[in-house]
Amino acid sequence: MTPKTNPGPHSCDLAIIGAGPAGMAAAATAAQVGLKTVILDEGDRPGGQIYRDVEQTTAQRKQVLGSDYTAGGALAAALRASDAVYLPRSTVWNISSKRLIDYSLDGTSFQLQASAIIVATGAVERPFPIPGWTKPGVTTVGALQILFKSSGIVEEDAILAGSGPLLWLVASQMVAAGSPPVAVVETTPPRRLQAALPHILGALRGHHYLRKGLSLIRAVRRAKVPVFKDATNLEVIGDQDATGLQFISKGQRRTVSARHVALHQGVVPNPQITRLLGCDHYWDSKQHCFRPVTSACGLTSVEHVYVAGDGAGIMGAISADLQGRLAAQDIATSMGKSPPERSDRLAAKLTKDAAIRPFLEALYAPAPDVMSPADAVTVCRCEDITAGAIRDAVDLGAPGPNQVKSYLRSGMGPCQGRVCGLVVATIIAQRRSVSMDETGYFRIRPPLKPLTLQELARFQPTQELDP
Amino acid sequence: MAKRIDGVSETVSFSFEGQTLETAKGDSVAAALAVTGHRHLRNSVVSAEPRGIYCMMGTCFDCLVEVNGVPNVQACRTTVQDGMVICRQSYGESGQ
Repeated sequence: MTPKTNPGPHSCDLAIIGAGPAGMAAAATAAQVGLKTVILDEGDRPGGQIYRDVEQTTAQRKQVLGSDYTAGGALAAALRASDAVYLPRSTVWNISSKRLIDYSLDGTSFQLQASAIIVATGAVERPFPIPGWTKPGVTTVGALQILFKSSGIVEEDAILAGSGPLLWLVASQMVAAGSPPVAVVETTPPRRLQAALPHILGALRGHHYLRKGLSLIRAVRRAKVPVFKDATNLEVIGDQDATGLQFISKGQRRTVSARHVALHQGVVPNPQITRLLGCDHYWDSKQHCFRPVTSACGLTSVEHVYVAGDGAGIMGAISADLQGRLAAQDIATSMGKSPPERSDRLAAKLTKDAAIRPFLEALYAPAPDVMSPADAVTVCRCEDITAGAIRDAVDLGAPGPNQVKSYLRSGMGPCQGRVCGLVVATIIAQRRSVSMDETGYFRIRPPLKPLTLQELARFQPTQELDP
Repeated sequence: MAKRIDGVSETVSFSFEGQTLETAKGDSVAAALAVTGHRHLRNSVVSAEPRGIYCMMGTCFDCLVEVNGVPNVQACRTTVQDGMVICRQSYGESGQ
């Protein structure tokens, strides 16, 4: 194979990483005011996970996924119509402190020098390590939805287990697709509604979210899907592949058979790039995740590096769009361009859209046992490291995730801690009785995703340019 | 099993573990294997325990398969091409 020519420019005013709602909106806004803009995304088509394959969806899928999904089509169309250079199938694997980006496209690596960067890499699912969660037939709930969005495929014999709005959304979509889940097993602890009630005024300001949530739950109930509440002690059963789920619900031991078990505990920011760039992060005790420290416009603690969308903290797709525009406008202003919208109006819309969040965060905070699995449970799926091994490493003197990684290789496999990171940090913090901020997180190093040696050998990096 | 809710206008054929299968054009390898009922895609390099798709968004690297002789290909991020030869990725009990 001969090295291909660079598919994009060598330099740009603004590089955006990720083509979900935040990235698409930022790209269209930046290009509109005349910034030389490049948007890199791993997917084949724009949309991210929330609007995955929205450009080529079918009438049947639209009917199931609803207008909140199809609304993403306008963002994708605006990106396509803009002058932004859109690079699909492009995986960013390193960014230097001077914002020189290394990315891989179809097996060849290229470079892009950016004056400013918006990290719009969204969220990943919070890990939910239970006995048997590595068995074939166990996926995230998000995975089921992606199968549906991109291929119209629905599992006919699936249990949905865990907590959070997405659990009910996917359950209701399966009902609408004619294959209701075998059961919904909810781990939301009792009395959570009471805990969330003090936030009801905010929730009423975001009443369309409340109404939608209630309608999802009603649709699942109407379809007579068995719902098991207050579930604890979940365990996937099956000799090799999953054959069902065992759990305790309201004091009673239950076993439900199914060919597929989908797990969910909400979503958390994907921290890889903001961590790689050394942005400051803090532990958000309401969202139960680390978030990058940002200004109102998404500027991180690192000069010229912004974050927009769920990567800055979980706010959902509408806020992601607004944040993308705010960040792009801030960058445009700093480069002497006049922004197309009033930033204070965007910020006001953002405040309004976020009004539901404190209510949802209180209602769906992960149950305490979710992040502290039993000793025998595998936590790091890549390297098959158990919670017990991590606790032993802490007892031997490992004070944080990076030392545990050196001891055990947890977080050193191909996923680089994307799946297990938060649980590893939580286990360490609990074992040492210290805060999450003091415990910290894995140091993220390049390459952000595995590369072949052949690709690295062929890679011809340019000299770093002084910005 | 998994089913499709909409019609398939164009199909491609591929093989998994020597078995010839068909799927809709445009499907990822992971989707094609899910809809044809294949869940065990590899064995863990450490414990040799079976693994399958997990996140479907390129994050977890659990769906690694061998495609046309190339190992460690993410099934969820690879589109099935006509005639693709896909194999389960197994390293045996020793973990190598």
